[in-house]
Amino acid sequence: MSLLAIQSLKKSFVTPTGEKKVIVDIPHFSLEQAEQRALRGESGSGKTTFLHLIAGILAADEGSILIGQTDMARLSESERDRQRALSLGYIFQTFNLLQGYTCLENVLLGMSFAGKADKKRASEVLDRVGLSHRLNHYPRQLSTGQQQRVAIARAVVNKPRLILADEPTGNLDPATSREALRLIRETCSETKAALLLVSHDSQVLSTFEGVQDFSLLNKASNEGGAK
Amino acid sequence: MNLFQIVLRNLRQHLLSTIITALSIALAGGLLMSIWSVKQQSEQTFTRVNSGFDAVLGARGSKLQLVLNSIFHLEASTGNLNQTDYDYIRRHPTVKRAIPIAVGDNLKGYRIVGTVPELFTDIEYAPHHTYTLREGKLFDPTKKEAVLGEFAAHQLQLSVGDTFHPFHGLAYDPRNQHPETYIVTGILKASNTPADKVIWIPLHGLQTMGGHDPKAANDISAILIQLRSPTSGFILDLLYNKQGNRLTFAWPIGAIISDLFGKIGWFDKVLTLIAYLVALVSAAGVLVAIYNSMAARSRDIAILRSLGAHRRTILGTIVLEAATIGALGMILAFIFYFGILSLVSAIIRSQTGVMLNIFSFDFVMIWAPTTMIALCALGGLVPALKAYRADIASNLAPVS
Repeated sequence: MSLLAIQSLKKSFVTPTGEKKVIVDIPHFSLEQAEQRALRGESGSGKTTFLHLIAGILAADEGSILIGQTDMARLSESERDRQRALSLGYIFQTFNLLQGYTCLENVLLGMSFAGKADKKRASEVLDRVGLSHRLNHYPRQLSTGQQQRVAIARAVVNKPRLILADEPTGNLDPATSREALRLIRETCSETKAALLLVSHDSQVLSTFEGVQDFSLLNKASNEGGAK
Repeated sequence: MNLFQIVLRNLRQHLLSTIITALSIALAGGLLMSIWSVKQQSEQTFTRVNSGFDAVLGARGSKLQLVLNSIFHLEASTGNLNQTDYDYIRRHPTVKRAIPIAVGDNLKGYRIVGTVPELFTDIEYAPHHTYTLREGKLFDPTKKEAVLGEFAAHQLQLSVGDTFHPFHGLAYDPRNQHPETYIVTGILKASNTPADKVIWIPLHGLQTMGGHDPKAANDISAILIQLRSPTSGFILDLLYNKQGNRLTFAWPIGAIISDLFGKIGWFDKVLTLIAYLVALVSAAGVLVAIYNSMAARSRDIAILRSLGAHRRTILGTIVLEAATIGALGMILAFIFYFGILSLVSAIIRSQTGVMLNIFSFDFVMIWAPTTMIALCALGGLVPALKAYRADIASNLAPVS
């Protein structure tokens, strides 16, 4: 059974002119347990919206998003929040670290909402991504590469079943990008988490065996609806 | 990390705003509590101050003026009584004790009161408290000797053995010096009553002071009365106030002072209203401070939501943050409170001799902080609802 199974997923937005615009229209998509897949797509193709729908950050208009036995599309907002805290890890292009919190606290926050706050575990994961000497540093005191490593640690710390990565290397130089990608893939393998990564960077995509074209997946892209 | 740790971190992140807002709350809370407390304590303290007497008999006039003049040593005398009046009331079967006083002189603004030594030996100014000497001895009623209240002695820098010339009138005028020289024989221990700011001399001394009308040499300003029973007051009230028209019998003293507070109640209300308004403005300050920071926080809130924080967690965090600012402010408010109360207490002491107990418990110390914290939490609800409704996706830019 697939870890992630999506059927007839649709999401539209109302434009400022009052027009309803379909952004995501995906008839079928699935991802197996511990599988690592990359989606290729240009900016504005609806990739982020797609990941937000999977993560429950956005509610779907139609369709189902099964993560294991749980259909994210059927859950209430607070249930989706809970599910996101427990089952998902999210790595953003801009890292989205909280600037007022240290590295350790950023990771601990990720654990807190899942009810698993454990300083020892957070330190171990930061150690795993090579930041054991930066536990009490604030994001502004770190390089961009180090910040992304904190974000990776925060995403994997709860041992989620699925990691979503949205252009995770978009803000990094090539060397740091390679290092970050290696870490993401390794930590996902270690925790047996499935990885769904979206990117338009051919270097990143070339490291994946399974690369899927998002524009082929999303019917809205073909119809020129996605933004 | 728990909710409170997140709140503390938010407060630290917006430290300057937190400090300024908490200080404004502290000032408002301190003002509110001190206005309330001074009002309550003054009324309680002043209505209890009767110097151990039930009533005052004086010349026809206002009961309040009579009490203020003879018990609080404020205000002018309503006029004089003669020796016959004193002899009559002293022997009246309803009267336990009658102590005459005479006023009309001062020393650098501190009132000189003529009386008899029995005031210090026989009268309990408060239950189980008689006037006691800190040093020296009581005056000899036949000599030009004086006993000073503790506050007056301290302010005038007079000690046992020092001498002084009284000045005519209740207000100090250096041109009105009497030729008589009085010697300080004793200093009273502080009683925290109006007696502390008085210079006590023999009754006869004041009556016969040079320059005073020789025809009034036996006149007295008022008679302080202890009754044999509480109901005796009705008999004397009837005798002097209803049937007579020459003298005024001021009884009971506490009720007369209570009337005074009733008359100036409007002033209390104005002060209290101002304090409430200041409190409201401070709570609004919390709202504005947090609300203004919402734009900067929207990304942080979206990040927390993306990590799985519920909407109600975010709402709770912001409300708790506002309440915490309120709590911090109210902790600081107690510093303002004790500062303001110390100042007011010192002013009241210098004017009346009465000492407020600034450390006494007042219920305002409970309800004011509770209300203020609740108001701040209420103020925090507005930005909290904004955060509650915030769209996560749009605040997690950029979008690919």
